[in-house]
Amino acid sequence: MAVESNLKIELGKQGVFVTTLNELYNWGRRNSVWPMQFGLACCAIEMIATTMARYDLARFGAEVFRPSPRQADLMIISGTVTKKMAPQVVRLYNQMAEPRYVIAMGACAISGGPFKQGYNVLKGIDRYIPVDVHIPGCPPRPEALIHAFMTLQKKIAAQPLTGEERPRHLDASAQGEFPVPEPGAHDLEPPVNRLVWPLPAPTVAAPAKEGA
Amino acid sequence: MKSAAELLDELQGAMPGVKLALATNPSPSAQHSLVVAAEDALRVAVYLRDVAGYDYCSNATGVDWLDKETTEKVKTTRRVKKEVDGVEQEVDETVEETVKRVEPGCLEAVYHLYSMRQGPHDPHPPLVLRMRTANRTDRVELPSLSPVWRAAEFQEREIFDLYGIVFKGHRDLRRLLMWDEFEDHPMRRDYVDPDDFEYEPTPHDEVLKRAEEHRAKLAAEGAR
Amino acid sequence: MTTAEMKSGIDSGIKSYLPPVIEVEAENELLEVAMGPHHPSTHGVFRMDVALDGERVVRLKPVFGYLHRNHEKLAEGTTYLASMPYTDRLDYFCSMTNNWAYALAVEKLAGLEVPERAEYIRVITAELTRVQNHASAIGFLMQEMGASGTPLMYAFREREKILDLFEALSGSRMMCNYMRFGGCRVDLPEGWLERTKKIVAELPRFIDEMEALLTGNEILMARAQGVGVLSPELAVNAGVTGVMLRATGVNYDVRKVDHYGIYDRFSFRVPLGEHGDIYDRYMLRVLEMRESVKILEQALPQIPDGPILDPKSKPRGFRPKPGEAYGRIEAPKGELGFYLISDGSGNPYRYRVRPPSLINLTILEDMCLGQNVADVVLIFGSVDIVLGEVDR
Ligand code: SF4
Repeated sequence: MAVESNLKIELGKQGVFVTTLNELYNWGRRNSVWPMQFGLACCAIEMIATTMARYDLARFGAEVFRPSPRQADLMIISGTVTKKMAPQVVRLYNQMAEPRYVIAMGACAISGGPFKQGYNVLKGIDRYIPVDVHIPGCPPRPEALIHAFMTLQKKIAAQPLTGEERPRHLDASAQGEFPVPEPGAHDLEPPVNRLVWPLPAPTVAAPAKEGA
Repeated sequence: MKSAAELLDELQGAMPGVKLALATNPSPSAQHSLVVAAEDALRVAVYLRDVAGYDYCSNATGVDWLDKETTEKVKTTRRVKKEVDGVEQEVDETVEETVKRVEPGCLEAVYHLYSMRQGPHDPHPPLVLRMRTANRTDRVELPSLSPVWRAAEFQEREIFDLYGIVFKGHRDLRRLLMWDEFEDHPMRRDYVDPDDFEYEPTPHDEVLKRAEEHRAKLAAEGAR
Repeated sequence: MTTAEMKSGIDSGIKSYLPPVIEVEAENELLEVAMGPHHPSTHGVFRMDVALDGERVVRLKPVFGYLHRNHEKLAEGTTYLASMPYTDRLDYFCSMTNNWAYALAVEKLAGLEVPERAEYIRVITAELTRVQNHASAIGFLMQEMGASGTPLMYAFREREKILDLFEALSGSRMMCNYMRFGGCRVDLPEGWLERTKKIVAELPRFIDEMEALLTGNEILMARAQGVGVLSPELAVNAGVTGVMLRATGVNYDVRKVDHYGIYDRFSFRVPLGEHGDIYDRYMLRVLEMRESVKILEQALPQIPDGPILDPKSKPRGFRPKPGEAYGRIEAPKGELGFYLISDGSGNPYRYRVRPPSLINLTILEDMCLGQNVADVVLIFGSVDIVLGEVDR
């Protein structure tokens, strides 16, 4: 599978270009990631600024913002996800076709950010859907979004097409639909999808159980 | 424009028997308010809009006043029988007693009114109109002022959503911000958040308290 | 509650302003569309439940709350100063004016004075904010009209210049958190005034360029003139403020009415519309940008030296005396007000934001009924809202 990189360069000098199917495939994929036109809050304005003339996301092959989830590869969660909005975000994610990626942009999308203590604020979108790249910041600068984008491109480029690490769209057994939370009387039901977001081990000594 | 106190006189002159009171505001802003009884609110509002010129309702909002428990130390003297030097006598004794008084709380709807019709004029404080419900639990109805000022339409829906004041006469009273299935009124001061504690690497203070509570709850669930 | 009771207010002979009821022939042939919360034209997460008879809108209900971030509840649980960065995130295009409105309300509550230099800085930053907000609003409106890209790119090019100024001043592009009770946080950095003067001097050229592209544009005129008409009576009664109100011809600008800050010292005019349609709103935004430039041109050379913070104000450990205050300013979107009740402690007892974006949407239904569904997008865009402020 692998051609030694030195040999590749040597061959290149002779006018012979060798590559692998894996590389070619990922090269194509990573250079035309189409994000979904989907803004949630303040961070969305920085996302728009990123696509504008000054920062010009088009240089990375991602200027085509698609209004429909069916045509998009990348969902940029740009802003606060509220509990009222969370079911719709999961539903939109479910509607996207594989391969699909998620960038959580800004403190709010990661953890609830400044609004974490709010009763209607979801404490991080990774409670319901898997996230590929997190960008901290409130709001992250356009450069940070571009950096996240390049990180995602690196991630795509490194994905092997076979084996355990293969992307989800080549894995027939991968989970496709993620359960959509329902609005409940006091909170979302369930408040977290344990399959995506397992609770970390407790750090405080748990009270001793009696007769359990 | 007239001050709140002048308006109070004018209203009482125009509508004899109207239940109105002046609530003074001690802060430097000196924006005093008129407290109007729920049953008179609608006609007072119409008068303010059509006669007094307050055609613009800028802001409508709710305030939650909790039941106030005041404790006072009161000295009381009473006669008690006591044995003094082996002889039973009646003696005056002073005891300190704490008396608890509960001032019932209420929900309040506050409207800030200005006049646009008057055109550019000197800065004047807004006219603040307040209505109070009878209590915080079951008698939480107030007349809606949205027929008078359409501006209150969404704001009253918001008050209904977040504070639970029921506005009678509102043309479409539904929750504005929270989803329809939601049952609580989260802006009330005794609202308790759902327990959605999240893992913190270094919990401390309040977060630690919440973490421990959460853990106890999880343990109790696990034991079941 | 019975329906009769519900109606009682309306039936009691009060003159109310209600949306028209559109007669429909075949009720069951209506097409119900939920526009949003994820819809390219809704400026974020906003939903309109629309019922269509063919192309005609016969019913419209806005649905809010998809960005309800509990700003008011959080502010009641924290100190006065700690709410200042949250106000940035209300109308995230205009953090400077949000700061100002909140600072103004607190100053009224606690009786603080603002030094003259700080007043000038406030006016300068607020007018810069107004320019970039109106430019972006026009850009987004054109985007919705199908001019995807170009006008918005022009607007954002100009916006970036102003954001650079804000960043030099406050350290952040969008979330400036710059004003304090009784003044401003830091003094102007070196050379800032010169940079600002240069950028302000270029603004008229940008506005001319934008107008040359748009004002006489036939498509804009065809789609915007006579669409989404709002009457002045309804606008006043529904508490509509800002450009939306002045487009109907009502002369009401809080800068002129309340004389807050030092707006008295500058000569500027309040542009007024005649028809109350989308085109008037567009035109008014352009004219207001020109007036803002005028204010900037007067304020920049006049700015005096001096302190920037009232020595009496103690941002940390700030405890105003019990009482309440309502303070308002003319934000780019309309009248932005803050209502505060203090109980003497370090946290406000009640903290309320009067959001112009939300209240300007009260009449969305009235403007849209009977129109084409394609125009709903335009009418909505012409209101110029930001969801962070609508839902808070
Ligand atoms: S991270 Fe900050 S800028 Fe981004 S959505 Fe949240 S509050 Fe707004």
